[in-house]
Amino acid sequence: MIRSEILKEIAPVIRNELVICNIGIPSQELHAIDDQATNFYMLGTMGLASSIGLGLALSQEKTVVVIDGDGSVLTNLGTLPTIANNVADNYILLIVDNGSYGSTGDQVTYAGKKTSLTEVARACGCDNVVECCAEETAKVLRDAITSRRMTVIVSKCESGNAKMPVITMDPVVIRDRFMKAVQA
Amino acid sequence: MLSIDKTIVKDLVANDISFVTTVPCKQLAGVIDEIDNHPDVFHIPSNKEDEGMGLCAGAWMGGKRPAIIMQNTALGVTLNTLATLTQYYRMPLPMLISYRGELGEPVACQVEMALHTKALLAQMNIPTYHFHKREDAEELDSILKYTFMCNKPVAILTDATFWGGY
Repeated sequence: MIRSEILKEIAPVIRNELVICNIGIPSQELHAIDDQATNFYMLGTMGLASSIGLGLALSQEKTVVVIDGDGSVLTNLGTLPTIANNVADNYILLIVDNGSYGSTGDQVTYAGKKTSLTEVARACGCDNVVECCAEETAKVLRDAITSRRMTVIVSKCESGNAKMPVITMDPVVIRDRFMKAVQA
Repeated sequence: MLSIDKTIVKDLVANDISFVTTVPCKQLAGVIDEIDNHPDVFHIPSNKEDEGMGLCAGAWMGGKRPAIIMQNTALGVTLNTLATLTQYYRMPLPMLISYRGELGEPVACQVEMALHTKALLAQMNIPTYHFHKREDAEELDSILKYTFMCNKPVAILTDATFWGGY
């Protein structure tokens, strides 16, 4: 399974949750599969999805699901100690770990080589880290949402991208629509 | 009379700022202590300034007014975040910045980024205020109101003379 197939399977699970989605093809895929006002699409700023989501989770009570990637987490590796030491039980970080930089030509990441982000997250102090295969992701994510416990999920999947259109929505519109959904 | 550290934090709190991320600086240590101990402010140290700006973006979308405390030496690593997150999505962000490398600076290397600080901020169209004398801080309240009026990142540079030297 590739990321877009995971996104199709988790779309019904996250439809009613606040979602912060990673830059590039992941946001394009989610936008095409199931656009929702509760989705915040990152159009720039690689690496900060997990940080934006943590700030959001710490500032209001609704569940926040961050859809991140292995390459982006490696870009902002300092996020994992911050997550571990500022526990928000309404926060779920889903790292779609396909071992590659999908939006830039599928170059292999270090997570696709020797580095285990699951072990890194645990070593950073994250208490509840679940590694699963792509096929299990929807169930693991549903359980994490139900548990109301901060969870880091590392979903191991295959490298590859679905061909989806670029998001042309204005960033301020995305943000305003999202903030109204947060307050709703 | 309140200490300058307490005065600054009083202004932050009076403007409903309740989520502050920090990357430490010796000059700002007193302010960071005040923030850490203030019951109305959630203090979340970040490991890098762009990470902190991500946290602030999320906090703001979650309904809290954020601020970041950082050194000018880190401005370079935040430029993409300022342009493609804070400015692109039009979000407010007060940046209380220790302006290292100005008069009184003992560490020569700090001067190198000081030389670029105002030019970079100007290039980014970031409103910039420079606290040099103690009374300059009297404008902080207005600067914060301005920041949340226009939904932009705004820089407040605070130099060694302002802090009373090292």
